[in-house]
Amino acid sequence: MKRLAVVLAAAFFSLPAPAQDAKKEIEKYQRMINDSSPAELFELEGESLWKKPQGPRNVSLERCDLGMGPGVLKGAYAHLPRYFQDTDRVMDLETRLLHCMMSLQGRSREEATRRVFGNEDKPSEMELLSAYIAGESRGVPMQPGTKHPKEIAAYELGRKLFFFRTGPWDFSCASCHGEEGKRIRMQDLPVLSEPASARPVVATWPAYRVSNSQFKTMQWRINDCYRQMRMPEPNFASELTNAVNLFLTTTGQGEPYRGPGTKR
Amino acid sequence: MADPMKIRTTVGAEYTEVRVLMVHPMETGQRKDSGGNLIPIHFIQEMSVKLNGKTVLEGQISQAVSRNPVFSFRLKGAKSGDKLEIAWLDNRGERNRTETAIA
Amino acid sequence: MKGALQLCMFAALAACSGLPEKKHFDEKDFGEIEALMMRDFHPRGSAKMDRIAPDALQKACNLADNAPSPEAAKALEAQQFSTIKFPSGNLMGDWKNGQKIAQSGRGLQWNDKPGAAGGGGCYNCHQLSPQEASYGTLGPSLLGFGKQRGTSLEMQRYAYGRVYNAKAYNACSQMPRLGYSGTLTEQQIKDVVAYLLDPASPVNR
Repeated sequence: MKRLAVVLAAAFFSLPAPAQDAKKEIEKYQRMINDSSPAELFELEGESLWKKPQGPRNVSLERCDLGMGPGVLKGAYAHLPRYFQDTDRVMDLETRLLHCMMSLQGRSREEATRRVFGNEDKPSEMELLSAYIAGESRGVPMQPGTKHPKEIAAYELGRKLFFFRTGPWDFSCASCHGEEGKRIRMQDLPVLSEPASARPVVATWPAYRVSNSQFKTMQWRINDCYRQMRMPEPNFASELTNAVNLFLTTTGQGEPYRGPGTKR
Repeated sequence: MADPMKIRTTVGAEYTEVRVLMVHPMETGQRKDSGGNLIPIHFIQEMSVKLNGKTVLEGQISQAVSRNPVFSFRLKGAKSGDKLEIAWLDNRGERNRTETAIA
Repeated sequence: MKGALQLCMFAALAACSGLPEKKHFDEKDFGEIEALMMRDFHPRGSAKMDRIAPDALQKACNLADNAPSPEAAKALEAQQFSTIKFPSGNLMGDWKNGQKIAQSGRGLQWNDKPGAAGGGGCYNCHQLSPQEASYGTLGPSLLGFGKQRGTSLEMQRYAYGRVYNAKAYNACSQMPRLGYSGTLTEQQIKDVVAYLLDPASPVNR
C-alpha cells in the first residue's frame, strides 16, 4: 500500500499517540485532499469516452438520455436515481449507462458488464463516465425521483433492505450505519438512514480514493459493502442495488452536489 | 510526450496560490503485478517552478508521494498574466514541462 | 433450526412484545425480500446462496427491530447458548496468536481464499490493547478486560462463549457469532480468550 496513509500509520505506531490526535490528523488530511484532486483526471478521460464511437453500431453515448433529454448532462446526475418510462424501471447512473451502451451502441450486456469495476492501472468505463457525468452536476441540489409509484416502491424496498439482517455475520447496512458517533477502525460511519448524516455522503459520491488511486462508484460501494458483510455478490445494475441506491440518495437529498469526491 | 499538468492559480492580496495536478504513476517499486513480479520503481524525482523565467521553487520528491500527485504552494510578487512554468524530471530521465499564465 | 422451536420463539414474541415504535418489517416481507435477494445476488468464492435466507434468530431480531421483549430475548439467548461447543479443560490459548486474530479482518468474504486462516475482526469494533490506536467504537472498549475479571474457569467460559456466540448473552447483539458461523476455530477462540484474559496480554498491561 502507499504513501501518505502509510506514513501516517507509521507515526501512530512509533509513538503511543491517543486516538484523539489520530482523528485530528485524519481530519486535517481529509481537508487537504479535497483541495484539487486526481478525480479531475477521471472526469477529463470520461468526457473523451462519452464522445467515443463504440460497439457494433459505432456510435458514441452522446444521445444517451439520463433523464433530462438525450445528451443533456448538466444536472442529470443530481436527479438520479429515477424512474424511466422507456425501461419502466428505476435506474441509477450506471444502470442507465448500461442501458445506453446496449440500446444506442448495440453492445451486449455480457460485453458491457465484463469489467464494471477497474483498478489503479486501468479504470473501468463506468468509473470514467460516472466521474464525467457527476461532475456536470456540480452545484445542483441532489433530487432523485420520489413521486412515481415505482420510485416509492423502490425507496420502500431499499429501506427494508437497509435494515435486513442476514448472512453468516447477521449484518444489515444498519449494523454499521445505524448509530451516531460510531466508527469502524478509524473510519467514521455516517448514519445513512438519517438525512443530516446522509446528505454530505450523497453530495460526494462517486469519489476518488487516494489510498489505492482508484475512482469508486455507487454500484461498487454497494457491492463492496455486501462483500464485507459476508454476503454473496449483488448483480450489477439490479433492482436490489437500485433500490438501495435510491433509498440512500433520497435520505440524503437536498444538498448541492459538490462534484466527485476525494476520500481516504 | 507526458500528459500535461493541470495548473490552477488564484491571485490574492498577499500571495498567489498555485495548485498543480501532475500525471504520473509514482510507483514505489514495492508493488507486485498480478503475476507476482515487482513493478519497477518509477517516480518524479525533481520539480521546479519558474516565474517569468526565474526559478522560484525547486523540490526533491520521493517515491512516497501518491500517484498523480497534487502540489500547492504560494508565490509572492506574482500578478495576473505572469508566465508560470512547472517542470518535473523522473527517475527514468523522463521530463515534463507545462507553461501557463497566472489567471 | 427445528420447526417446533421456531414456533415457540415466535409465540413468545407475539405473546409478550408490544409493537415496536418503528417497524421495518412485517412477517410477509420476508418471502418477498428473500426472493428478490435470491434473484439479484450470485454466489462467488465461498459466499454461496445459502447465506441469503435469514435464520430464525435473524428473523426474530428483524421483526423486533433488534429490541425484543425481555421474555423473548431470554428464549432466544437460551436457544443460542445451546449452540456453543465448549472445549473441555483449559480455555486459554496463546495471546500472541490471539492478537493476530484480533487484528485480522479476513475470512468468509468472497475474495478470501477458502481454507486460509480467518480473523475475528475484533479491532474493527473494539478497543483492546492500549497500544493500538486504530480501533473501532461499534462495540464497547475491552481495555483491561482480564484485569477486571481474572482468569477463573468461569471467566474463561464467559469469554469463550461471548466470542463463539454473542447472541447467547444479548439476543440481538450487533456482534457476529464467530464460532457458530465457522469464522474462528476452537483453537483460535482459545487464543482470543487468552488475548482478553491473560495478565501478560497487552490488553491487561
